[in-house]
Amino acid sequence: MPVAIAPPEVEPDTERQGHVPEPGGPGGGSGSDGESGRWGDGGGRRLRPDNYQLGMWLALASISMMFIGFSSAYILGQGTNSQWRAMAAPPLVWINTGILLASSLSLELARRAVASTELKRWMTLTCLLGAAFLVGQLWLWETLTRQGIYLSGNPHSSFFYLLTGVHGVHLLGGVAGLATLTARAWCSAGRVPARASLNVTALYWHFMDGLWIYLLVMLFFWR
Amino acid sequence: MSDSAHPAVHPAPTTFIRKWVFSTDHKIIGIQYYFLALIAVFTGLALSVLMRLRLAWPAESWPWLETIFPVGFEGGVMSPEFYLAMLTMHGTIMVFFVLTTAPQGGFGNYFLPIQIGAHDMAFPVLNMLSFWVTFLSMGVMFAAFFVAGGAPISGWTAYAPLSALGEVAGPGLGSGQDLWIISIALFCIASLLGALNFITTVLNMRTKGMSLMKMPLTVWTWFTTAILALLSFPVLLAAGILLLLDRLGGTSFFIPAGLVVSDTVIENSGGSPILWQHLFWFFGHPEVYIAILPGMGVASQLLSTFARKPIFGYHAMVIAVFAIGMLGFFVWGHHMFVSGLSPFSALVFSILTLAIGVPSAIKTFNWLGTLWGGKIRFTTAMLFAIGFVSLFVSGGITGLFLGQTSVDVQLHDTYFPVAHFHMIMGVAAIFGIFGATYYWFPKMFGRMLHEGLGKLHFWLTFAGVNAIFIPMHLMGIMGQLRRYAESTEFKFMEPLQPYQEFVTIAAFVTAAAQLLFLVNFCWGMFKGRKAGENPWEATTLEWITASPPPHDNFGGRELVVNHGAYEYGVPGAPRDYVMQTDPPLETTK
Repeated sequence: MPVAIAPPEVEPDTERQGHVPEPGGPGGGSGSDGESGRWGDGGGRRLRPDNYQLGMWLALASISMMFIGFSSAYILGQGTNSQWRAMAAPPLVWINTGILLASSLSLELARRAVASTELKRWMTLTCLLGAAFLVGQLWLWETLTRQGIYLSGNPHSSFFYLLTGVHGVHLLGGVAGLATLTARAWCSAGRVPARASLNVTALYWHFMDGLWIYLLVMLFFWR
Repeated sequence: MSDSAHPAVHPAPTTFIRKWVFSTDHKIIGIQYYFLALIAVFTGLALSVLMRLRLAWPAESWPWLETIFPVGFEGGVMSPEFYLAMLTMHGTIMVFFVLTTAPQGGFGNYFLPIQIGAHDMAFPVLNMLSFWVTFLSMGVMFAAFFVAGGAPISGWTAYAPLSALGEVAGPGLGSGQDLWIISIALFCIASLLGALNFITTVLNMRTKGMSLMKMPLTVWTWFTTAILALLSFPVLLAAGILLLLDRLGGTSFFIPAGLVVSDTVIENSGGSPILWQHLFWFFGHPEVYIAILPGMGVASQLLSTFARKPIFGYHAMVIAVFAIGMLGFFVWGHHMFVSGLSPFSALVFSILTLAIGVPSAIKTFNWLGTLWGGKIRFTTAMLFAIGFVSLFVSGGITGLFLGQTSVDVQLHDTYFPVAHFHMIMGVAAIFGIFGATYYWFPKMFGRMLHEGLGKLHFWLTFAGVNAIFIPMHLMGIMGQLRRYAESTEFKFMEPLQPYQEFVTIAAFVTAAAQLLFLVNFCWGMFKGRKAGENPWEATTLEWITASPPPHDNFGGRELVVNHGAYEYGVPGAPRDYVMQTDPPLETTK
């Protein structure tokens, strides 16, 4: 076994919490031995994403796997199920999609905002747009059931309700998160919410946005 | 996730509730998981004993059992449906609440942060949440025993369409099956939260100097297991949602057209029962590694510690763990060789399955290499680690039989696969848990377990499981069918009845031997000899702190790691072991 010979080079005072990652900042990977990798040894860390950011990426990987599971079921059903009757995209879908895209835009504007009042306004708008999307989706369901398209109707409509439903539940979580941050921003007079929580929530929100586009393409355009 | 700047440092709790019940301390949560698994394992064991009773003496009447189970034991004989319910619940409880929970949730939670020098997990509140969701999940699962119709009879794999049709398909497939699915869905969510936490902790919370390649192999296996859980449980969750919709929402994801069940025409149409198998086994095979990988980590740790030698081929071990984990995602088809899989995909799955033999053999070779020429200390923990290697070989070798389509077609649905997976996924993983318990008990509870009692427990268990499962392999080759409550109807299985009786007696002895463990555990917690900081003269970070460790693990110390995880017998070192935090050695080239 090799025995470490060199004394460990202790980095002068690197914050343990590592909450604000500093890409390319001081304290690069001069580890105590040659084998410190990307996240290196505990001393100097260059590219260590903060806990929340990493945790959210992992959660998104997990959510992706769930939708990959659904997608493979969908593809199999589309290919083999004799009962498959694809429905056309209801017009309301486009309005909802527009609302969701707008919410992502307003969330980005909130993140770019410098003044706290501006940030709070954009965040409130994002919340409202998110809620509007969910209401729109429910309305969509209601319209479809009135046309006689039910969950148990045929495989395609089953998948439509399933995928919009599961996506909606995830989005509801996002709205709840955003609403909490927004409420916190309004209550703590003048102070902006922690950048880290905002960034993580935004990551989730944009992912849900992208996921919706994916579902839309799969449900209505992939034949 | 309301923790502020320091995600892992929280003040020591003062109230009883915050300290022992809704604790955010990873050590308490680990112990909570462990006790949950302990309750589950004895429940699962009791169910298997009941099943063995039925199998060995099918005609015998047990009136006293009727007083306990008035529904299942009418006339003192277990009904076949009740047998299937026992079978389902035994499998489910053992796989989810024991093999997934104890090594990862229990020991992983307790020792992963300590072994990397962290004060706690990355997300302590999330950690608490994962435990309580697991607890809720187990409550829902146990509730399935008590609803009308009893526990489901569709097996732990819940194959559709049996599991998708509801009460019409059999007792327990009504609300019992609903509760089963809900429980599994909750378990998935809890495991996801746990996995996310484990990965973040390993990547972000290591102390100064703890590079990835200095981590103990236990940490590597918990880390790999967490990746497997993170990516496989969501697929099971997706499958569970689809199944629940089939049952409650009238959809036909898994229900094919033209089914007639119990003289009832099922109106659903167009679904694919095979889809359930694909989704289930996409989760199910990684699940096998979720159960066994932490055991491999524990075996490596224990063999190195008690052979007083560095682990043989540390890097190879890390790569092998990762290879096993990743290959595990591409072999689910080997559970479905008789489901009408195309011969080409069966061939691909078969080759990939056999490929897992390579990293597995690397691990076994390295374990033996670690033992070779070591100054072996035969503690109880070490015996269980050696037992693990033994069972890993004898259980793994039969996997090579089953991984080949042509052999599998013959052996499928006999006792052979039952013996195979019990040997490797069940008993080997349990040996990992036992080894970990005997090894870490002093750290967790500050007292030693009784070695003599422990060794008796080991020998009885080791002899017992071999006496149970070796005959089961033979019975499988001779055609004994699995999942049948009795085989008296089949002429060709008649000569196998003496085997059934032998296996049942062996199972009773083995089950009784577990009471020794329980006695030792309870005795050890209150009356055992006090343990010092490092009773085993081991090198990893948990052994530099008090037993049990203080709330922040190291009493406010910030650790600096200078050494690899297994530096035993280093030339020029003052002792025969070098702790990971010891100052760097100035000698040797």
